Amino acid sequence: MCRTTDLRRAVLAQNDDSARALRDGLAARGAIAVNLLSSPGSGKTALLETELALARERGVPVAALTADLATENDARRLARSGVPVQQVLTDGLCHLEAVMLRGYLAGWLPADAALLFVENVGNLVCPAAYDLGESLRVVLASVTEGEDKPLKYPTAFGTAQLVLITKADLAAAAEFDEAAFLANVARVNPGVEVVHTSARTGLGAGALLDRALAVRAGTPAHRPVMTSPAVAAPHHPPVPDHHHDHDHDAHHDHEHEHGAHHGHGAHHGHGAHHGHDHAAVDPR
Amino acid sequence: MHEMSIAAAVVDQVSRAAAEHGARGVTAVRLDVGELAGVVPAALDFCWELACEGTALAGSVLSATTVTARARCVPCAVEWAPGLPPDLGCPGCGGGRVELLTGRELQIRGVDWADGPPGPGPGPTGEA
Ligand SMILES: [Zn+2]
Repeated sequence: MCRTTDLRRAVLAQNDDSARALRDGLAARGAIAVNLLSSPGSGKTALLETELALARERGVPVAALTADLATENDARRLARSGVPVQQVLTDGLCHLEAVMLRGYLAGWLPADAALLFVENVGNLVCPAAYDLGESLRVVLASVTEGEDKPLKYPTAFGTAQLVLITKADLAAAAEFDEAAFLANVARVNPGVEVVHTSARTGLGAGALLDRALAVRAGTPAHRPVMTSPAVAAPHHPPVPDHHHDHDHDAHHDHEHEHGAHHGHGAHHGHGAHHGHDHAAVDPR
Repeated sequence: MHEMSIAAAVVDQVSRAAAEHGARGVTAVRLDVGELAGVVPAALDFCWELACEGTALAGSVLSATTVTARARCVPCAVEWAPGLPPDLGCPGCGGGRVELLTGRELQIRGVDWADGPPGPGPGPTGEA
């Protein structure tokens, strides 16, 4: 005899809970996270270097976490900007998860940080599946990578809130077909903004910083099709569970859910019994 | 290859649920995987046995159902299957105000328990 239960649980509910707590925790201190995704060699670290230098020049307090499977080379490079930088070693894991990030941030993130840049592991597949609590997800593609990147990695490009073309100064030499690239981006992520950048010439560095600061100030970021509320997996299981470990150190009176209704909330009563009023989740 | 992490997340969730339900073990786990979720069911299968090792899910079968993506244009209500890679521009008006109705889910749909006390109620219910 076999007993069956309809669980209807989001596979990544725990990651998403952590991500939400992280986002809320950052918001409570006036900061947002910017998650940078790209394939290896796209120039992510170089761009971040110019970004950090520019932020410092402008007096914008920023910090950066850089993730790699191994080596601390990137952190050393980035630290030259004078900005607080921490290396995250994933020990072979191909992506960052929210809980890892929280561990690294605890006690480290400078109190005045306005922006936290997170350089994800160089990989366009796996990192795309994990919400890190970022408020701006940026995907980078260099002009040397080919125009069909967005079609090959539709999840990364489809969930991006901003797309950066890197090494734009090499576009002609690489025979980059920009029109085709833009059409492919538009196909998987209609309406997303695409910015040209070059770490060598400094092109576009200000655009990313400005965009991030605007999001921090409350300008809504682009909302990709793929995060439509209709599909956002329900985070509230219809059965009681007690595995949440939200940080309740920041006492929000209420929670803002900007746009994408990622499950309503980390609002389990604090200690008190929490009615699962979302039990009737339509799990479509 | 994040399927191992995904498999581990499934095992973790189901293990907790097994404890809540007072189940001794798990024989099958059913997943819904949207075709745009960025997860390859075959790769999940490949990881499954390893992820289950030493847990209440040891020996269980994973069955993943791929959920075809459906998109809907907000202004003109046209619905279509965007396919993979998806074409998310509205075929009706060409606009980009689109919602995805299905296709991105990554959800544990149901679980078959190895025999244990029945009862759909919350938490372990003791002997049946
Ligand atoms: Zn339309």
